[in-house]
Amino acid sequence: MKLAGKQTWVFEHDIYIQATGTAVGPLEADGPLRESFDIAHDDLYCGEKTWELAERRLMQEAIGVCLQKGNISFSDIDIFLAGDLLNQNVTANYVARTVPAPFLCMFGACATSMQTIAVGAALIDGGFARTVLAATSSHNATAERQFRYPTELGVQKPKTATFTVTGAGAAVMGRKRGRWRITAATIGKVIDAGTANPFDMGSAMAPAAASTIEQHFIDLGTSPADYDLIVTGDLSRVGSVIVRQLLAESGYNVTDNYNDCGLMIYRPDQNVFAGGSGCACCAVVTYGHLLKEMERGALQKIFVVATGALLSPTMMQQKQSIPAVAHGVVMEAVKEER
Amino acid sequence: MSLKTNYRQAVKAFQPKTPYVINSLKAFVVGGALCTVAEAFANLYSRFFSVPLLSAQQLAVMTMMLLAVVFTGAGKYDDFSQFAGAGATMTLAGFANALASAALEYRSEGWTAGVASQMFKAGGAAIVYGVVTAYLLGILYYLMS
Repeated sequence: MKLAGKQTWVFEHDIYIQATGTAVGPLEADGPLRESFDIAHDDLYCGEKTWELAERRLMQEAIGVCLQKGNISFSDIDIFLAGDLLNQNVTANYVARTVPAPFLCMFGACATSMQTIAVGAALIDGGFARTVLAATSSHNATAERQFRYPTELGVQKPKTATFTVTGAGAAVMGRKRGRWRITAATIGKVIDAGTANPFDMGSAMAPAAASTIEQHFIDLGTSPADYDLIVTGDLSRVGSVIVRQLLAESGYNVTDNYNDCGLMIYRPDQNVFAGGSGCACCAVVTYGHLLKEMERGALQKIFVVATGALLSPTMMQQKQSIPAVAHGVVMEAVKEER
Repeated sequence: MSLKTNYRQAVKAFQPKTPYVINSLKAFVVGGALCTVAEAFANLYSRFFSVPLLSAQQLAVMTMMLLAVVFTGAGKYDDFSQFAGAGATMTLAGFANALASAALEYRSEGWTAGVASQMFKAGGAAIVYGVVTAYLLGILYYLMS
């Protein structure tokens, strides 16, 4: 049985991440992780005419550099899984035009990165694919105009607001030995804690993250100490404190070995309010920075929990609360064969 | 009170407070400063162009709106608003920013479906309720006089 407990998939076969690729915008390239990214643009338009085209280009470039680094060709890809934040997932769907492989579009808001990794690993484990390409993206300006206001509109944002990361991440997974192994994934339940402030997604998503992390420990009989790092996607300064408090109330002490991608990607002085958010936040930090840390030997086993706020402007205007979901994937460093 | 038992109440302790007093002070000072600048323009116009004060004031307002549009185009007005809050948004300069920012934003969808159709997206409510209020006050004034 590959299902452990209620929500956790334990993969029977050895499934590896063979290569990853990342592309980011100017602010991300100016942040503390700049060396971790493959492609960095110094212009938010990324040389395109519109923001949407810029986001598409980022995803395309992330895929390109990923395949190049892994020395993998499109013909090796059995299925492509991707998603983004825009209506009708236009970034992923348009990028899929250029990928000659069957395509499943995925939406989990900012939890999409780990959703594609978990589903991709499951498809490989089940024998439905040998090699899977997963990609996700977000762009600050496309997200601003779809979810919030025109980018140049003067609005005073509260300190709880987050800043959507401009970037894209891609990963190729397969049975062929790579430097990182995907061993388990915990699929989250949609949790609605009743908050309705779209300028405070940390508070909205923290209960979903806590639910998935707690269920993961229960399903596998593990504890926080079993992981070198437990990292959430984009809970930011507000939500990262709440999730630890929620876990503490359940008896799990997650302190030193916890971090949040939204806190890692920017410097505090970059005017990003409570931190980074967006599909690309978890993707570029994990595929770029964290996997490099594992390669370097600084981390052995990590649990990446991507967090998504499943809101829309229409639902917010109708005074509905914000449902959230979090999906976690366990990644382990593979030791070099001697 | 724990987060598990009453999340919506307990979570408030984890959210940074909005500094209402400081924000109000900033809005008061910056909004007042903007009005002073507009007043200076009005005096300047009435003195040098020898137009009546009312026309000079209207010209001054247009100048402020033009400046706001220029700063919006330069990508600076949103940073200014983040600092000044209502001091920057509640003035007519803020209204100009609302129109200009929406027009800029939707340029990518073309002149008709984009700019013209979406221009009032952020500022439209101010026009609708401005006109409604003007009518109501007008009726009230008519009844009282």
